[in-house]
Amino acid sequence: MKVKKEQKPMDKGKKLQSIEELESLQQQAFDRYDPLRKRVRICMTGCLAHGADKVRDALVEELENQGMSKDIDLVETGCFGFCAKAPVVAIDPEDIHYQRVKPEDAGEIVSETLGKGNIIDRLVYFDKKANKRLPYTQDIPFYKRQVKHVLRNCGRIDPKRIDHYLLNDGYKALAKVITSLSPEEVIEMIKKSGLRGRGGGGFRTGLKWEICRRAAGSPKYLICNADEGDPGAFMDRGLLEGDPHSVLEGMLIGAYALGARFGYVYVRAEYPIAIDHLKIALNELKSLGLLGDNILGKDFSFHLKLKEGAGAFVCGEETALMASIEGKRGMPRPRPPFPAHKGLWGKPTNINNVETFGNVPLIILNGSEEYTRLGTEKSKGTKIFALAGRVNNTGLVEIPMGTSLRDIIFDIGGGIPKGRTFKAVQLGGPSGGCIPGDHLDVPIDYDSLINLGAIMGSGGMVVMDSANCMIDVARFFLEFIQIESCGKCIPCRIGTKRMLEILVRITEGEGKEEDISLLKELAEGIKITALCGLGQTAPNPVLSTIRYFLDEYKEHIFEKRCPASVCVPLIKFEVNRELCKKCGICKKVCPVGAVSWEKKMPAVIDKNICIKCKTCIENCPAQAIQ
Amino acid sequence: MSNLDITYISQILTGYKSMKGALIPVLQEVQNHYTYIPEPAVDLIAEALNISPSEIYGVLTFYTQFYTQPEGKYTIKLCRGTACHVKGSKSILEAIERKLGIRVGETTKDDLFTLRIVACLGACAVAPVMMVNGDYYGELTLEKIEGIFDELQAKECKSAKT
Ligand SMILES: Cc1cc2nc3c(=O)[nH]c(=O)nc-3n(C[C@H](O)[C@H](O)[C@H](O)COP(=O)(O)O)c2cc1C
Ligand code: FES
Repeated sequence: MKVKKEQKPMDKGKKLQSIEELESLQQQAFDRYDPLRKRVRICMTGCLAHGADKVRDALVEELENQGMSKDIDLVETGCFGFCAKAPVVAIDPEDIHYQRVKPEDAGEIVSETLGKGNIIDRLVYFDKKANKRLPYTQDIPFYKRQVKHVLRNCGRIDPKRIDHYLLNDGYKALAKVITSLSPEEVIEMIKKSGLRGRGGGGFRTGLKWEICRRAAGSPKYLICNADEGDPGAFMDRGLLEGDPHSVLEGMLIGAYALGARFGYVYVRAEYPIAIDHLKIALNELKSLGLLGDNILGKDFSFHLKLKEGAGAFVCGEETALMASIEGKRGMPRPRPPFPAHKGLWGKPTNINNVETFGNVPLIILNGSEEYTRLGTEKSKGTKIFALAGRVNNTGLVEIPMGTSLRDIIFDIGGGIPKGRTFKAVQLGGPSGGCIPGDHLDVPIDYDSLINLGAIMGSGGMVVMDSANCMIDVARFFLEFIQIESCGKCIPCRIGTKRMLEILVRITEGEGKEEDISLLKELAEGIKITALCGLGQTAPNPVLSTIRYFLDEYKEHIFEKRCPASVCVPLIKFEVNRELCKKCGICKKVCPVGAVSWEKKMPAVIDKNICIKCKTCIENCPAQAIQ
Repeated sequence: MSNLDITYISQILTGYKSMKGALIPVLQEVQNHYTYIPEPAVDLIAEALNISPSEIYGVLTFYTQFYTQPEGKYTIKLCRGTACHVKGSKSILEAIERKLGIRVGETTKDDLFTLRIVACLGACAVAPVMMVNGDYYGELTLEKIEGIFDELQAKECKSAKT
């Protein structure tokens, strides 16, 4: 029951001996492609959490049953970005965007839209502001404000097929580098582009490459950091699943520039689809001779292996990551020596983030100058963010550096659901901070975010609303750090434990007057004495919540009250009769039947039955349960 | 434990003897096969890779992915990452614990379910999320939890009878 794809697979097993052979392969992909042909694209990565596989099966079956499987291609893609509307399906060539598609919709999609060209209203995005249905991708506000450069292929091509990548300028940058640029010229281009590392630190990529190129020692190693440990971030997952070749092409260019013979992609084990797609891509590259010895007949060899992580956040830190590749406990070590001089197995090593590599082919193809047209003075290009938490349009978002947080959260993200109000946005995960509403208009770049007490981080952006407690968030991050700290240095192992104990005390109603100053004192000490970035930045979430939400700390400590009704020991589980809208939702959702409610009457909770699961609080539209 | 077939371990090891940094991939393969790292495996690996058993235990207890006890038929990986946390994953965790009568890290008496938490599944856009073996379940609610486990338990009951 396989639907015929539009292109026959290309001649595999034959190694490309020259640039001309690569170009002819690119031409072949192009010749076989018919842009006017009808296609159904369906996300088979993130949307799987919403049953995309069943929708795909139903579409395949309907195409078959309605006799259209020969004329219409079904393309299994990576993430479209608009995860809030999963499963997402698109129809080409018009680029019609269907959302929340169910298997039952497949028959109609095939007969109506593919067969007759009619749009099915109920599957189309509805813009409440404009009071209009928007059937085409380019009109939907979520996509409209974005600039998809690095994510250009995600949701558009089948990431398991190299011919799809080739069709979209794939490996043209590699060809350009090998035929017309010296390694030094490549590095110069990356330097001029102003590209900064997307792994969090924002170090200048060109400079890093230059240092490693000049370092003595051989062989040299090149590593792609795909550990993506920041909980709440999924940019690297999206890019690897949706367009692995763009990252691998970036790595090949990097290897050429640095003179690296060996490389690793270190992927976290929690990403099975990314691992799968990478394996397929690596095999294709090997069989085409684009990885291995004498690539394209030139004096350039690069061997690339996949390493699966084994579940440790600290392994995202570069020295810990290398220890892990060496088969050891993933513990960081002091720097210097930096990896560029003494890295994997003591050899010069360069390590970059997934998205950093994803930018490289674009810079090479379009030139540094073109690349610098987007962005702010010190942060160039675009940045991918993973928009999650309490925001309407959760998903993957790519915007030019310099866009404001407000634009991302309210224009692209569509604001806060359930009629609640925005409270804070968390950037940079356990190393970052929370930014409140007063600062949403700051243009995002590496430096502006540091001034606000947060960091760019890798791109996780978790939105919080009035029903989130900031002390609870601070406590959450320290619990995370306590689980993930490798234990090598005392400030991180014991210092963050002491901080956590204080936060637990505050959230359980045992807070003391001196707790805030104690937290600050510990934080400052840990920041300057911890061994690696994990410990040095661990106090940030606490400091930033103290900076912006001091009143909330005080309410917990002095009034023994959690205004957001999150900290269970501080909740009375009583209905505030003035706030109660008498809607009865709490009665409906209570799993143990502890709520009694009659029409037009405020609800009452029976504390003898209540198990304090907070389902009523979560669902109350008026935040009336306190 | 006594009827554990260890021949597969030796088989895995032959492919890795000369590889640098082989320990973690070996442990991953062993675990993939047995669902955990059996004690006899450690000694065999130690000998084959010329690493002391204590070093191996050091590594396998460092990484959360490795287990020293057999897993249940279904491994539940509930995300406790940031996005899931702000969307109430703590209540979901408590609901699963109530439903199955086990705590994090434990396996049900019938060996069906093992409950684990992970830092992030990268499906944050549909938080709160869990994975049960290979399948993702997004936008979890207490109600959905009931349904999902009722269904799995019913399926197992049925297959046990036939
Ligand atoms: C605790 C910790 C965790 C980190 N996790 C990641 C990660 O998951 N992904 C990543 O690319 N960089 C991570 N980094 C940063 C890396 O150490 C390194 O700076 C980065 O991979 C360099 O790539 P870039 O220059 O392209 O940004 C982490 C750093 C620390 C201190
Ligand atoms: S925070 Fe739960 S999947 Fe990312």
